[in-house]
Amino acid sequence: MSDNEISVKNLNVSIDNREILKRISIEIPKNQITVIIGPSGCGKSTLLRSMNRMIDLVEHVKTEGEIIIDGNNILDPATNLSALRKNVGMIAQAPNPLPMSIYDNVVYGPKIHGMRDPAILDETVELSLKRVGLWDEVHDRLKDPASALSLGQQQRLCLARALAVGPKILLCDETTSALDPISAKHIENELIALKNDYTIIFVTHILRQAKRLADYVVFLYLGEVVECGPAREIFTNPKDPRTKAYLEGVFG
Amino acid sequence: MDRRLCEEHIFRGLMYFSVAIVLCSLLAVFAIVVIKGASALDIAMVTQTPQGGYYLGKEGGILNAIIGSVYLSVGAILLATSISLPAAWYLQQFGRASRIAHAIRTLLDIASGIPSLLYGAFIFLIMIMFQARASLLWGIITVGIFIAPLLTRAFDEVMQMVPEKLKEASYSLGATRWETVFRVMTRQAFPGLITAVLVSFGRAIGDAASVLFTAGYTDSIPTSLSDPVATLPLAIFFQLATPFPQVQERAYASGIILLIIVLIISIGSRYLSKRIARYSIK
Amino acid sequence: MILQKSWPILSTQPLTELLFSSSWQPIAGNFGFFPFIMGTVWVTGLAMLIAVPVSLLTAVYLSEYAHIHIRSVIQPVIDLLAGIPSVVYGLFGLLLIVPLIKNSIAPVFGIATSGYCVLAGGLILAIMVFPILISISYEVLRTVPVEMREASLGLGATRWETVKHVVIKKAFPGIVAAIILGFSRAFGETMAVLMVVGNVARVPESVFDPAYPIPALIANNYGEMMSIPLYDSALMFAALLLLIIIVAFNLAAKYVLVRLSVVT
Repeated sequence: MSDNEISVKNLNVSIDNREILKRISIEIPKNQITVIIGPSGCGKSTLLRSMNRMIDLVEHVKTEGEIIIDGNNILDPATNLSALRKNVGMIAQAPNPLPMSIYDNVVYGPKIHGMRDPAILDETVELSLKRVGLWDEVHDRLKDPASALSLGQQQRLCLARALAVGPKILLCDETTSALDPISAKHIENELIALKNDYTIIFVTHILRQAKRLADYVVFLYLGEVVECGPAREIFTNPKDPRTKAYLEGVFG
Repeated sequence: MDRRLCEEHIFRGLMYFSVAIVLCSLLAVFAIVVIKGASALDIAMVTQTPQGGYYLGKEGGILNAIIGSVYLSVGAILLATSISLPAAWYLQQFGRASRIAHAIRTLLDIASGIPSLLYGAFIFLIMIMFQARASLLWGIITVGIFIAPLLTRAFDEVMQMVPEKLKEASYSLGATRWETVFRVMTRQAFPGLITAVLVSFGRAIGDAASVLFTAGYTDSIPTSLSDPVATLPLAIFFQLATPFPQVQERAYASGIILLIIVLIISIGSRYLSKRIARYSIK
Repeated sequence: MILQKSWPILSTQPLTELLFSSSWQPIAGNFGFFPFIMGTVWVTGLAMLIAVPVSLLTAVYLSEYAHIHIRSVIQPVIDLLAGIPSVVYGLFGLLLIVPLIKNSIAPVFGIATSGYCVLAGGLILAIMVFPILISISYEVLRTVPVEMREASLGLGATRWETVKHVVIKKAFPGIVAAIILGFSRAFGETMAVLMVVGNVARVPESVFDPAYPIPALIANNYGEMMSIPLYDSALMFAALLLLIIIVAFNLAAKYVLVRLSVVT
């Protein structure tokens, strides 16, 4: 069993007959933060969303290739999407709390997957909220609507919600770009703390953020993987001239 | 997991079923009216007025009703437009957040929701006060008033969709509010306005309850506003009420005629609005 | 405006007796409105019972499941349904529904009926209400932001679970408004119902009994009302009832819709 959580092999994605991703082949290492960098519009989100099949929601999308998680190709139409998304959680760019209370937001996932015992549910809520540092702030008002929280708190709630279903992989799509710097820092710190137990893939177009977070880097440009490798190598000694140019701020 | 998939499939099935019901209803209505009516339909229906004994099964057609309906609806639309267009323009004067405009719109929406029957009853009361008899004029007034709130709202919606930048362009060139409304907005909104008029025309021609007491009924084509007038919907209604099967069949044929008219208007207005829209700015 | 004004006179009889007495003999001076109220309730109630689930499911399908191409086919169909005149629906009812009930449906239940009954009125009314229910519900469902649906799906929920727990929850007030508006339309519908419902002034006891809804009452007798004392004001009262109910419903629905777009 390799040390890699996700194996992408020859992934091609096109939307409306326009090629978005071309021949992507990468290996995502386990229990590390992998950051996908690249200028805006190069397919980073598309790559991320392929990993939990959320890309299916786009009209006229076509995917080819394989994405292997736990020995199974998740691009296979027979894949159980519900189980996949239990295993691979996603936190979006802007906080998207469900129209319910804080408590219900967190237990939504577990309930969907069959957890019924109120005691276990309570425990899950406490654990998840503690994990993201929200417990102290909201433990006395769990029944309040989630929309009453600040943006930073809402995003942490979304993280807690994702953790509550017990995934092994977390996909973060520019998760901090809608937040103020302090909240963004909070989330970053939490992700760093979480990486021991989860494999995290983080998409960003902010280079400094990438440098703060990354253990492993994938540089995506115009739908192709230009270079990938451990963070230290990529940032100090990029091999491809395009990578070099991007890191120096020539474009993007 | 199986239970959840099961639930998903059950509801999907129910959804398909519901959509099927809706589609089939339309199909059924069309099919029945056309099938039953086609056999009784002939040129005479469309070109002749009822001759003596029509309702007992003798010759004639419903030309009186066809022409009558056209007179009535055209008159009503003219009346309604002359009220609704200025009203819609007036509404455009207010800003988006204006409470007065909101109140007026609410009032209009409620007025649109009142069944045509009550409008007919109301006008009938007035007619009694004036000791007037049912006639084309009263029919036009009734349908006109009944259509006006709908039309006003429709005009209003269309004009609200005019992009802000167009209005700004006009203002920045020095135009007053009224000038902007007249010259720019109305021109831009023109296709939508025409569509609204056509849709209302369709509603006007098909409505029976409002004209029941106010327009009367007659076998001849009206020659003046004070003559009573026959309308298609009522023609259908009264023909159905007779005990003679041949006459009842004529009712089905009248039904087809009405349906065809409404269909032509509906499809025509769609087509027309697409064509005229070529000249407006996106 | 035009709306209020001159619904003159109530009669001299006490209000409660008017509303609840069942005897309707204008010539004898008895004006018990109960049968008509019940007639309206039965027919409208049945219509909504049929129309609401079908319309909601269709709206959900159009909003959450259907491809753009399918939607562009179905929506014109619904608009067409909305444009068909009332009398044509009545014709349809006479030609298809009434015989259907008389010959096929009622015998299944072992009941003999002429076919002119609550069921006929209810079915026709339901079809007439479809377009307004579907289009408003659809618009309301569309206002739910995409991100919410994505959040739910991303956690592993199925499409239907997402609809059930998230979309409908958020859209609920709007859907209620749509239903209220549908109700109000159904109340006032005159011609089609009149033609198929039997027009017998008795309280219906089953869906196979004829009924006499209020709009039909007004439409049928308006012309003759001057000849009998108090008849005219009785009919006026009926009209007043109808007006009050419909205006109230419309106001309520508007209120809900405004709150939805203001609060959301």
